Amino acid sequence: MTLPPRFQDWFAARGWSPHRHQLALLARRSAPATLLIAPTGGGKTLAGFLPTLVDLAAAPHEGMHTLYISPLKALAADIRRNLGTPVADLGLDIRVEDRTGDTPNSARQRQRADPPEILLTTPESLALLLSYEDAPRIFAGLRRVVVDEIHALAESKRGDQLLLGLARLEKLCPGLSRVGLSATVDDPPALAEYLAPAPGACEIIMADPGPGPDIRLLDTAEPPPWAGSGGRYAAAEILDEIRAADTTLVFINTRATAEIFFQELWAHNSEALPIALHHGSLSREARAKVEAAMVAGELKAIVCTGSLDLGIDWGNVDLVIQVGAPRNVKRLVQRIGRAGHQYDTPSRALLVPGNRFEVIECRAALEAVRAGDLDRSARGPGPLDLLCQHILLTACAGPFQAEALFDEVRSAGPYRSLDRETFDRCIEFCATGGYALRAYDRWQRLRAVDGAWTLRDPRTARNLRMNIGTIVASETLSVRMRGRGKPLGEVEESFAATLVPGDTFLIGGQTVRYEGLREMTLEVSKQPSKQPKIAVFGGYRMATTLELARRVTAILGDPARWRELPGHTAEWLDLQRGLSQLPRTGGLLTEAFWRGDRAYLCIYSFAGRNANQTLGLLLTRRMEVLRLDPVGFVANDYALLIWGLKLVDDPEPLFVAEDLREDLETWLAENAVMKRTFRASALIAGLIERNLPGKRKTGRQATFSSDILYDTLRKYDPDHLMLKITRTEAARGLVDFDRIEEMLARTDRQHVVTRHVTPFAAPLMLEMGRVPIQGVAEDHALEEEAARMMAEEGLSETGTK
Amino acid sequence: MFRFCMKMDTRFTFVGQTLTARPSGALWWAAAGVLAVADLHFGRSERLARRGGTLLPPYDTAETLARLTREVRALAPRTIVCLGDSFDDLAAANGLDAAARATVSDLAAGRRWIWVAGNHDPADPGFGGEAVETFHAGPLCFRHIAARQPAAGEVSGHYHPKLGVPTRAGHIRRPCFLWDGQRIVLPAFGTYTGGLSARDPALRALFPDGAEAILTGRRTVSVPVGLHQSA
Repeated sequence: MTLPPRFQDWFAARGWSPHRHQLALLARRSAPATLLIAPTGGGKTLAGFLPTLVDLAAAPHEGMHTLYISPLKALAADIRRNLGTPVADLGLDIRVEDRTGDTPNSARQRQRADPPEILLTTPESLALLLSYEDAPRIFAGLRRVVVDEIHALAESKRGDQLLLGLARLEKLCPGLSRVGLSATVDDPPALAEYLAPAPGACEIIMADPGPGPDIRLLDTAEPPPWAGSGGRYAAAEILDEIRAADTTLVFINTRATAEIFFQELWAHNSEALPIALHHGSLSREARAKVEAAMVAGELKAIVCTGSLDLGIDWGNVDLVIQVGAPRNVKRLVQRIGRAGHQYDTPSRALLVPGNRFEVIECRAALEAVRAGDLDRSARGPGPLDLLCQHILLTACAGPFQAEALFDEVRSAGPYRSLDRETFDRCIEFCATGGYALRAYDRWQRLRAVDGAWTLRDPRTARNLRMNIGTIVASETLSVRMRGRGKPLGEVEESFAATLVPGDTFLIGGQTVRYEGLREMTLEVSKQPSKQPKIAVFGGYRMATTLELARRVTAILGDPARWRELPGHTAEWLDLQRGLSQLPRTGGLLTEAFWRGDRAYLCIYSFAGRNANQTLGLLLTRRMEVLRLDPVGFVANDYALLIWGLKLVDDPEPLFVAEDLREDLETWLAENAVMKRTFRASALIAGLIERNLPGKRKTGRQATFSSDILYDTLRKYDPDHLMLKITRTEAARGLVDFDRIEEMLARTDRQHVVTRHVTPFAAPLMLEMGRVPIQGVAEDHALEEEAARMMAEEGLSETGTK
Repeated sequence: MFRFCMKMDTRFTFVGQTLTARPSGALWWAAAGVLAVADLHFGRSERLARRGGTLLPPYDTAETLARLTREVRALAPRTIVCLGDSFDDLAAANGLDAAARATVSDLAAGRRWIWVAGNHDPADPGFGGEAVETFHAGPLCFRHIAARQPAAGEVSGHYHPKLGVPTRAGHIRRPCFLWDGQRIVLPAFGTYTGGLSARDPALRALFPDGAEAILTGRRTVSVPVGLHQSA
């Protein structure tokens, strides 16, 4: 259809003309599924809503017409404000409301009783709405679903949850039309298949991508350090760029480095340019304040993490600075897209490597962006822990037939190849726990009545609804100023456990002093001067993609190409060659050295993070057997770093393939990565419940570690569904044995024992994502520490021993 | 076997008696042939399932009993003292399956079995043996919750103490015994049990002059919990 005159006038009055892709979506307004791929600033959201507005302008609608889903609460609220303009200009008598975890209870009640024409929400809030008994009434009349930022949702289980929700909606409202809005992605057909009701087709509309970005490396007077990722050395130059630009977004990979960099930036900011900090561990109030200031145009720059990867279109952003290695070319392109929101002007971006190694990665990323070579991301089938949650929530809404639910679930893209046997095991898990031991009739959450599954106790619905969602955060404690101070943010419980009153740490850009723990809240006071500890925040550690890693190794392995690199980096490579060696193509370089009281072993496999992580688990197990006392390891895409209590002079005994292969099954089951994965899946599947704030008590005797459940299941019920799920989920992060075999086959081994950290090893020393071994070394270290503490107290070893 | 055990556990002198803190979290008083364990919480998963909570793996009681059996086989005690909260509630005691009941009977055969009352299981669980509020033996007194006023020779449970120690292998947290010249608090022996930091005010109040913690695990390790360390 063409744009109705009323709409043509509206566009004309604003001096706009509709984009081709906006009209294309309007033409397909009754198609079951359409995917629109458009760069930021391409009028994507308006394209998504135009068919709705045209529909509602033509005739009034009874009940909800369009459901909009975004990954961010803030985005839902922003879209509500933005839609206000056309709705008012066009004189439409409709209600546009958002519904998220922040919506007041009274408003939610009203929305359920009398749904607005357009409801804006998140995947979790949709799952909650669908779990109510009156879901069919709430969604009666629904015609369209618009999924915003679907590329981001598809990267996590939140997307899978959404697609299960859409399958349910399709049942409630047959003939529903769904539209996905996406930024640039590597594989549009795969995303279309994910979005469409299975088995069904989905047309892809590609918007004009606009001009290519203007992107370069920042030149700095001081070269980047050997190690580190914070970009502190470049703070003054970055401040100059911020001053010269209109508004800047400074992306930093982790929350901790964002905190440090923010402090450094302000140390140089003598003119007090309005620069704010934004990351996921800051309190909601603090983040909302920053976002509001940005909307009001009061800020010159925001230092942020992935927390602002998505979100509100800030038209005045004209510069994006990426501090630290970009890790992922697709993400980099999307971040760059946040600048220059005028469709026809190129985005301007600067890359600031955090260390010498990252100079090479930044260079590789620049090449990839210019070549339009986006990394591929493979999606596995829909996860079963989430399916279990979905089954339990379906039971909350009312009795269901297994057969019908099976068909419905298989109509969701991610679950299109689910088999009946697996589905039945999930039902069994939800109903009785699915244990091999079936002696107890009390193990019943669901029971079958006349062939329909129903909750044994309807009161459990409340707890099940509290457990909705797939984001499993590590346990955190909130931080607030002593007395009646405002909340500042949160830190991980494991970090809090190491604090002694008087310790200082950085949070929200300020240094605070730890005073004490009060009702699960860390109380702090201001302490501006002291050198702070670095707080451990939750948050997500992005891995460098394989494509990018390959480009890096190509540069490293070809000294002729070093001329393309800044002088300091070529010199740094020379230094590595002098102090240690450079890895030969097809060879395997290892280094061993002491630092402080720990012995380090570094293995440069260049095999990707997953392979290195797997190798780390295998090698540390071998080291336990060989009594080398490993303590922990960390893997990145290039190398594996293992530390322990003893120096490895000769790594050859570690690399015997037969030994590594031996007992693979036991190894696979016992490590900390598996236990971490088990916890996440057990929370999602509802085997254990979340520790919700406010629900938690100070006395922790009641809660116990999920590791205990994992060990118990492994011992008494090794074929249990949760263990199968854990293996599958862990395999998404670990890699098959082939790549390890390939590496072990490299007979050209180079082992160097050096006197100190080498240029290559330096960045690894600060790598995040450490895996503890929990082996004999713990006992040894504990005994050492105990002896020291006892001596300090003037005590000898206990009693008569 | 015995020599092996000596390297793994910790012996100490308490009100004139030689006691052994076992890596399992059990307390062994060799001279009197008394084995004490705290907070077994039998039937924990069953109670949660019955109350409409999550359906945890129903193997906790079997696992706790398996560990208790190992201790009983290794030490052949004349008396077993369970320091309260042996059952997650009294219904859980009634609901225990036949296999678990048989194991308890086997373990109790030929020896005294004392059930000290706890807050979870205040009445006689009906498993034979003697159900008492407190159990006195020589200079020792066994009860569930430590008395407010320190009584010399007191052995109790209830708090599930745990301690974290920073080491060069990282921060290591283990369930632990806590003791001073007056009293001992045992770690929980039950499988599905969590822990309370030894530095928590509730536990610090019991040891006003500081305590020694004996960490459990593959082997026991002693560390001081001083006054200067805080929650």
